[in-house]
Amino acid sequence: MKEADLVVIGGGPAGLCAAISAAKSGSKVLIIERNKDFGGQLVKQTHMFFGSEKQYASTRGIDIKEILVNELKMLYENVKVMMDSTVVGMYEDGVITILHKEDNYFKIKPKAIVVATGAFEKYLAFPNNDLPGIYGAGAVQTLMNVYGVKPGKKVLMVGAGNIGLIVSYQLMQAGVEVVAILDAAPKIGGYLVHASKIRRMGVPILTSHTVKEAIGKDCLEKVIVCKVNDKFEQISDTEKEFNVDVMCISVGLTPLNELLSMRGCEMKYVPQLSGSVPVRNDNYETSIENVFVAGDACGIEEASSAMVEGYLAGLCAAAKIGHKSNDYEVKRAEFEKQLYNLRSGPVGQKILIGIEQIVNR
Amino acid sequence: MRIENHPILEFKRKKIIKFTFNGQEVEGYEGETIAAALHAAGVKVLGKSLFSNRPRGFFCAIGNCSSCFMVVNGVPNIKTCVTDLKEGMIVETQEGKGVIK
Ligand code: FES
Repeated sequence: MKEADLVVIGGGPAGLCAAISAAKSGSKVLIIERNKDFGGQLVKQTHMFFGSEKQYASTRGIDIKEILVNELKMLYENVKVMMDSTVVGMYEDGVITILHKEDNYFKIKPKAIVVATGAFEKYLAFPNNDLPGIYGAGAVQTLMNVYGVKPGKKVLMVGAGNIGLIVSYQLMQAGVEVVAILDAAPKIGGYLVHASKIRRMGVPILTSHTVKEAIGKDCLEKVIVCKVNDKFEQISDTEKEFNVDVMCISVGLTPLNELLSMRGCEMKYVPQLSGSVPVRNDNYETSIENVFVAGDACGIEEASSAMVEGYLAGLCAAAKIGHKSNDYEVKRAEFEKQLYNLRSGPVGQKILIGIEQIVNR
Repeated sequence: MRIENHPILEFKRKKIIKFTFNGQEVEGYEGETIAAALHAAGVKVLGKSLFSNRPRGFFCAIGNCSSCFMVVNGVPNIKTCVTDLKEGMIVETQEGKGVIK
């Protein structure tokens, strides 16, 4: 069995930052990443980030990934990485099992774990919603921005939150026609700067609209949409048809944290954090000692806050296992301040209400 | 359907890889996944669903949902959205569960 001080599960924004901050504190860190590359969903974010300079605002996600990976490389003495490796079990005796590549299983018993497994895309219920051609917005982004492949010819985007708006823009950059953006809510959820840019490019944004039905034999051929009332009920005789070969579903994300529930961490359903999340303390430690969490796995937010949470969780996890950095208090206060600033807007208020429900002080 | 001109990204396509899809020869590029190469070649239906035999394509493209299962080199249930394309791969649509040998 391998030994390690601290295992970080997931090499996305939260996991990379957790590893960086724990390694800087002097802890030996092993990052376990399911893919062949680090960065999680940063690898397909071609847009510039919001937030403040501390979280690389005005830098594209793809470049943030490079910055973080380079920082990690400088800490090579304390950091080991395992790519192409999926954690498949976390057990009561503290052992975790890992599947490396296709058929190589092994066990590790670390002193502490930071779970930074991220999120997955939500789905929408409507007839024929399983037709090929109906994809998650993130999937379309991966296809275009990582592999340079167009998802199709004409796209209908469902969801006018930031992801829906940004991916619509990126589709147009890739030379794909976006026929319309729908949202069931009466108001656009994403930033208005994004929305106006898209409208200027001639794409209508239909609020109070939903998907009534998808039509197609083997693949998507047509989508019927209709209006909804303020109770989100479909209004008859308001149907419109769109002949599209792709429909992009961008109705939000939900935390991906089965490993934590499997391990027996106390979980709670918190709508403001978009799903079931672990109860934790101020140090990002869950109800199970030495099991920490950071990023979207403990509540859906932006990549910027996921990075700061990662730094905090890494700092605290290292301290817990005997590597408290000299400037622990200073760093901690600084990270707390960054999170506070990131959460100062209306969306942040919602997140704070959610966090209140899961943090034991 | 590949992106040729992009305002931000540059796609440096590596070596051409030949593989077969349901017996037909298809080309993709080194460094891309099976699902991406198939999609670029216009293939959207990757399999048939378990009980109702409905067409299945990918959904998440990051290995979370299992919608992209195919039979690769005779092995079923391969997540083609996260499996790299290799020269000479035999890729087939999967119908039903697949059998573990
Ligand atoms: S498309 Fe979701 S796992 Fe492959």
